[in-house]
Amino acid sequence: MTSTAHSGHHRAAAPGGKSLSRRLYRARRLRLAALLTLPMTWLVGVYIFSLVMLLITAFWVTDPFTSKVKPGFTLDNFARIIENPAYLSTSLRTLGIALLVTLLSAAFAIPLGIFMAKIASPRLRGLLSVAITLPLWAGYLVKILAMRVTFTEDGFFNWVLAPFGISGPGFSFATVVLTLTYLWFPYMAVPVYTAIRQIPVNLFDASADLGAGSWRTIRTVVMPLLKPALIAGSIFTFSLSLGDYIAAKFVGGSTQMIGSIIASNINLNPPVAAAFSVVPIVFVLIYLFAVRKTGALDRM
Amino acid sequence: MLSLSRGAKISLGLIVAVVLAFMYIPLLLVMLNSFNAARIASWPITDFSLEWWGIAFSSEPIRAAVLNSVVVAAGATAIALLLGTLTAFALQRYSFFGKQSVNLLVVLPIALPGIVTGVALSNTYNNILEPIGIQLGYFGMIVAHATFCIVMVFNNVLARLRRMSPNLEEASMDLGAGLGQTLRLVTFPQFRTAFVAGGLLAFALSFDEVVVTIFTAPPGVDTLPLWIMNQMARPNEASVVNVVATVIILASLIPVYFSQRLTRAEEEER
Repeated sequence: MTSTAHSGHHRAAAPGGKSLSRRLYRARRLRLAALLTLPMTWLVGVYIFSLVMLLITAFWVTDPFTSKVKPGFTLDNFARIIENPAYLSTSLRTLGIALLVTLLSAAFAIPLGIFMAKIASPRLRGLLSVAITLPLWAGYLVKILAMRVTFTEDGFFNWVLAPFGISGPGFSFATVVLTLTYLWFPYMAVPVYTAIRQIPVNLFDASADLGAGSWRTIRTVVMPLLKPALIAGSIFTFSLSLGDYIAAKFVGGSTQMIGSIIASNINLNPPVAAAFSVVPIVFVLIYLFAVRKTGALDRM
Repeated sequence: MLSLSRGAKISLGLIVAVVLAFMYIPLLLVMLNSFNAARIASWPITDFSLEWWGIAFSSEPIRAAVLNSVVVAAGATAIALLLGTLTAFALQRYSFFGKQSVNLLVVLPIALPGIVTGVALSNTYNNILEPIGIQLGYFGMIVAHATFCIVMVFNNVLARLRRMSPNLEEASMDLGAGLGQTLRLVTFPQFRTAFVAGGLLAFALSFDEVVVTIFTAPPGVDTLPLWIMNQMARPNEASVVNVVATVIILASLIPVYFSQRLTRAEEEER
């Protein structure tokens, strides 16, 4: 940094306003502190503080008569989650929904990405890339309403199926999975498509020259290169599905998810709600930890 | 080039068609149902009417909800722009102990389920701040939204900073510009598009958010998503909600248009 020394000398005669700039330029730690103080105060002071307080509340007790929350220490709230079979099955059901949504999204995103990147003309590709991102902006509740309108008893889906003598899933577990896939699919489709586009053409040529057919090329060349994108996408599809309960409320019929139980307890019994909100946190953290080594988190 | 057989191309094309149908038919149904004379959404539509559009545009609750959503989203975006940009600069320009943790901290509010964020903040507002006499009310909602919006600005600005050369700034300082002048004339113009894109994403995210809002909105205050949700929860969901949804679908074309323009501008800059 000889240039800095030179400029320092050059600016020695500069008036007072510049000297603050110069001091800041030299004091690295001071600059870093200046940058980070505000964001960290916010994130730690508001967010982490609230999370920690929520965790602490999970150990507090509710007075059974007045239903007032009292500070204390009890593991009963956690015990109730494990002992209550309805709570346990809801946790497992939610986990299953989140995994199904992730798998379905990937199963549709890969062929879509291959089609867009390798088959579609540039014009069609442009159109499709707008088409898959457009619903992202269309509104979360609007999409749930749309699925509700589609799958309702007298709705479009049953109308299409009626001539075949079958009826659709109505409001059920399957509709929740479909709706969540509908909601989060773009989060999977966009990174997968981007990754497929970035694969150098040479690799396909080399694979073909070595005698691999197109399916084999997709399986042994494309798929391994897609792994980071699939993981990045799955973080969204998995964790967004895991915490959702609005879809279950409006298109799930009697299907309950973890969020449904937290929401229904938050006013009646805050400590149980707090204890139960640890469940999705643990699931997400396990998932993030499992995929951390792949380096996918750095791209988020 | 990947050479696929004709059959493979056709089956891939079919999958794409199914995906697009799955994405767009439901949205189309909502738009058509906004003209449905019947009170409850049904198919096929037998009677068309503009009644619901008239009701929606003269509805006071809808107007209030839109205004609330805009105010909250604007406030949250302003805070997120400041905090997200500061963090992006800190993480890109410096290496320090705990850098990874700071990164995680920014991503956490969006990585953890919305209901956890919502319940945690509502717990703090209702069970800690209120007993000591601090009522955040409306501002609490903005605080909550800003917290999960930071990551949008952070990601965009950080990605841009990584591609920027620090030489230009050093040259500017060498030529006698102070930090402020350099930031204004040299640094900011280089990441302006990312800054705007991040702000746009933050605004859209906040405008659309419902779960955190359920738990942090003060009583009696509806944002537009809360209003829609309350309508949907009614046994005879009035068709007015289809009108609002249709307007949102149409309005979503605006940010898509802008993001396309931003991407194009970025490609030209490169």
